[in-house]
Amino acid sequence: MSTLRKTLFYRIDGIVLLLYLMLVTIGILAIYSVEHRSTDTSLFMMNKSYMRQVIWLGYSLFIGFIIILTDSKFFSSFAFLIYTICIAVLIITIFAGVDVKGSRSWLGVGSFRFQPGEVAKIFTAMALAKFMSLNETNFKKLKNRLIATAIALAPAVLIVLQKETGLALVYFCFFLVMYREGLPTAILLLGFGAIALVLTSLLVNRTTLAVLLTVFAIVIALLGRQTLKRKIAPRIILISVWLFSLLFSQVAVPFVFKHGLQKHQIERIYSMIGIDVPDEYNKALVPGEEKKERTNSSEYNVLQSKIAIGSGGMLGKGFLNGTSTKNQFVPEQKTDFIFCAIGEQFGFVGSAVLVILYLSLMLRVIYLGERQRSDFTRVYAYCVACILFFHFAVNISMTIGLAPVIGITLPFLSYGGSSLLSFSILIFILVRLDADRQVLIR
Amino acid sequence: MSLATNPRRYVISFIFIGVATIMLLRLFFLQNFEPKYKILANDIAIYKKVVYPPRGVILDRKGRTLLSNTPIYDLMITPRNVPKTFDTVAFCAALNIDREMYASILGKVLVRNIDVRQSPFMELLSDEQTARYQENAYKFPGFELVERNIRVYEKPIAGLMLGYIGEVSPEMLKKPRYSSYRQGDYTGLSGLELQYEEVLRGQRGVHYLERDKFNRPRDPYKGGELDSQEVSGKQLDLYLDMELQEYAEKLMANKIGSVVAIDPQTGGILAMVSSPTFDPNLLRGKERAHNYSQLYREATRPLFNRATQAMYPPGSTIKPFTGLVALNVGAITPDYGYGCRGSYGACSRGIACEHKEAGHAGNFRAALSHSCNSYFSHIFRLTVDYDNFESVKQGLQVWHDYYKSFAYGRQTGIDIPFEGKGLVPDTNMYNKMYNKSWNSCTIVFVGMGQGELLLTPLQMANGMCIIANKGYYYTPHFVKAIGRNEQDTLLRKYREKHVVLNIPDETFTTVQLAMQDVVEHGTGGVAKIDSMEVCAKTGTAENKAIVNGEVIKMQNHSMFVAFAPRVNPRIAIAVAIENAGYGAAWAGPIASLVMEKYLRDSIPTRKKALEEKMLKANLINKYVYTIDSVLRLRDLRIYNAKVEKRRIADSTRKAEDLRLYKRWIRNKLKSGNRK
Repeated sequence: MSTLRKTLFYRIDGIVLLLYLMLVTIGILAIYSVEHRSTDTSLFMMNKSYMRQVIWLGYSLFIGFIIILTDSKFFSSFAFLIYTICIAVLIITIFAGVDVKGSRSWLGVGSFRFQPGEVAKIFTAMALAKFMSLNETNFKKLKNRLIATAIALAPAVLIVLQKETGLALVYFCFFLVMYREGLPTAILLLGFGAIALVLTSLLVNRTTLAVLLTVFAIVIALLGRQTLKRKIAPRIILISVWLFSLLFSQVAVPFVFKHGLQKHQIERIYSMIGIDVPDEYNKALVPGEEKKERTNSSEYNVLQSKIAIGSGGMLGKGFLNGTSTKNQFVPEQKTDFIFCAIGEQFGFVGSAVLVILYLSLMLRVIYLGERQRSDFTRVYAYCVACILFFHFAVNISMTIGLAPVIGITLPFLSYGGSSLLSFSILIFILVRLDADRQVLIR
Repeated sequence: MSLATNPRRYVISFIFIGVATIMLLRLFFLQNFEPKYKILANDIAIYKKVVYPPRGVILDRKGRTLLSNTPIYDLMITPRNVPKTFDTVAFCAALNIDREMYASILGKVLVRNIDVRQSPFMELLSDEQTARYQENAYKFPGFELVERNIRVYEKPIAGLMLGYIGEVSPEMLKKPRYSSYRQGDYTGLSGLELQYEEVLRGQRGVHYLERDKFNRPRDPYKGGELDSQEVSGKQLDLYLDMELQEYAEKLMANKIGSVVAIDPQTGGILAMVSSPTFDPNLLRGKERAHNYSQLYREATRPLFNRATQAMYPPGSTIKPFTGLVALNVGAITPDYGYGCRGSYGACSRGIACEHKEAGHAGNFRAALSHSCNSYFSHIFRLTVDYDNFESVKQGLQVWHDYYKSFAYGRQTGIDIPFEGKGLVPDTNMYNKMYNKSWNSCTIVFVGMGQGELLLTPLQMANGMCIIANKGYYYTPHFVKAIGRNEQDTLLRKYREKHVVLNIPDETFTTVQLAMQDVVEHGTGGVAKIDSMEVCAKTGTAENKAIVNGEVIKMQNHSMFVAFAPRVNPRIAIAVAIENAGYGAAWAGPIASLVMEKYLRDSIPTRKKALEEKMLKANLINKYVYTIDSVLRLRDLRIYNAKVEKRRIADSTRKAEDLRLYKRWIRNKLKSGNRK
């Protein structure tokens, strides 16, 4: 109980706060480097994004300060209430949202706009933490698992209805949290397996995939041959999984695409994973007619992004010398593709430092989670770590061509008030809860 | 509660670390082992701007501009950078061309060049086109407006001497001299522009600029550290006097011929006219090809530099040199006289002389001032037959060597290209012509400047320098200083004094005084300048033309050579006017007016009437046009015959090939049947 006697500010985790401030600073510098022009007369130009980002940082720190001063029990007490309000706002957004690039995920009041989907993560995390830490919740029961899943995925469904699929995908990261809390490994594997199967069926050549699946099945059979000899059930499971995969990728997918789906649906699916519609599903394609010029720009984005990062080399071109990012070749370079600015100007060394900073932050958050007395804080900490992880992994992977282009931001770095504010709140609530780690919060 | 560590904590941590590791590996390879991204980044973001420096200007002896620059715009294309979605309609509208024209130009560009290289799409855009294009330039990736300077001739004078520039041709690009040029670059094609190309051109600069995705140039790349600065072309200062040149060209209007005026003390050319002249401004830019072929077709051949390339029999103007050699080898003394009675009959063919009175050739000075044909024919024979020589053959060779040292029969080395050599006959030539059986009578006409002897006006003027300087000359040249430096290495050869075969000063004095007599008492009275000793010699050169195999005797060329003043000479001049008549009638007055203008800066009222007459005179004969068309017809006939011959040879070869092929097929079939 000795720590309780120390003042509140002394109990705050300095490492998380330091990492947070480092990342935000890097973000503002990156935005500045992209926007800077040699003709600029002054550093403080209010029409520039980096200055606006600085102002948003001010707001974030102010709100963070208020959060620190708030009683830690407040968050668990009001978790469900805020979550309900949040769901309501999301539903309103579907109807009252401002149309931005085809999606209706923004709410606008005058010139001020914000994205409820971006903020909903925080309250979903809190609601999930609250539910998991309830005394009556036994996570071994299927019913509770389903409720937890519903809490996690309800906002995702609403966000999909707002046509902001990228943002909705983030909510799948809560499965990792549930895994920590006792969800069977098999479900996790099954989930990963299903995602992998769907993606590969769309991305990989069909024959190649069939061979790969078979080889994969044989390897598993060889590794587990002792078990397979003794018991019959694993044999059946293995063979049926293999058969299902084959059927799914070889028959179901082509059939649905050729006969089930409309042209625009196919196009939307492929544009979501960021590749061209293959010729065989391209219904606009009349035999003999030449293929039309691509309209999908995500491939162009990724190429420009790879050019920017790839040209950075080991040490980079130097601050303010990024020819690709400075001259706007990379689309969305202040927001989703901000990592290009780091990759181009600071090279591999700079990128690696950034990756390590993120990794440190995530691992530190897990460490914080594990040292809690209360389940609420632990689950919440895991939620924070997993949200950060999802954003970090998908965003950087898409800039270097490892993942499809889905519009999600790089935490703390990407330009945008909603994003910065919501990640700040996420972190500050964690810091506040962690400060009371010896207190049992329900 | 759960203070014991949960193993799944490590699984999740492991997933985080694993993903980060994959990311780092990918980044490592992307950034360190894929150089193509660096190249691509530079390709898209760096804009290489080629800056053409202004070409060197050319100034006259008083610093007045003869040739300078004014900026114009070229539109360049890099075909590979033109996207498939290019807005052709807007582009055509900006340039005010139609789509067919766009397609045809693009086709030509692609044929001429590989598509990654920048080459000219349209040249010399009008101000309107430039303005409209610049407004919309961001819409047209792959195209680029390049500022270039075009030459401006301040006055329409000295076109052939200053020369002109044009685009380098694909043939020229293959030559090592043009290795640093690119398609679309300009280069001097004649005159001083060609001769001093290297110094006038300067050095192209390359600036690397960053550009944004709208293709707009931004800041210098890496602060400009890779840039190479353009170096302006150097200025040329000439000896040429703009006013004198203009005046001489005016005097030579409507006459075929040339004027060459040289400063004997430096070899600098004060004026050089080849008439008829043309406005050099015609030979630049878009219209050059068209105007060139028009000028080329003119019967009077204005593109032929008569001052340095035309070869004329010098006629009597050679007599000072015949005398100079005769005196120097010792064949005669200045007092030597010849009793001419109107003709020279020592050889089988008689040579007429203009003068019949006794004593007009009583000594060297009298003979030269009266231009006695008999006297100079005779002393030429005396020279080549001189006792000290074994035979006329050795004698002629000695004479030939003297003439060679006067820069006759060889290029003087003037600093404009394509100079003519002239012709000084030697023993070998006569041996071939006359099958070795010839004597001094056979070649006697050479002594009076006829026969095989041919000189360019430049050589005649240079000859005057030699007599004026008493035995030396500087190679005639235009350029006084390159980039204000008179000691430039390119000019070193013009600072070298050429001393002719050792002839004592007294001999030159004799000749000079005789030439002064020409002006004061003899045929060249027209060249008189008040209170100045002027030396001159008239010439009336017989000449023939060969038309349709017939030799036609044409009207005489009017020749005049002079220098003044006799002591400390300042100008030496040669004037040749084709088929105009007596030297004293036309060439003489023009030479005297030009000299007066240069030495006195104005024409005295005494000579105003003469000036008026010269300015108005039209001495171009009608038959110049006739002869020209006849010659052109002949050339066409020869060309057609050649083409026909080639066609026949071609079809014969084809027929032969066909015959052989058929036989081969037949043999094949036969052997096939046998099998």
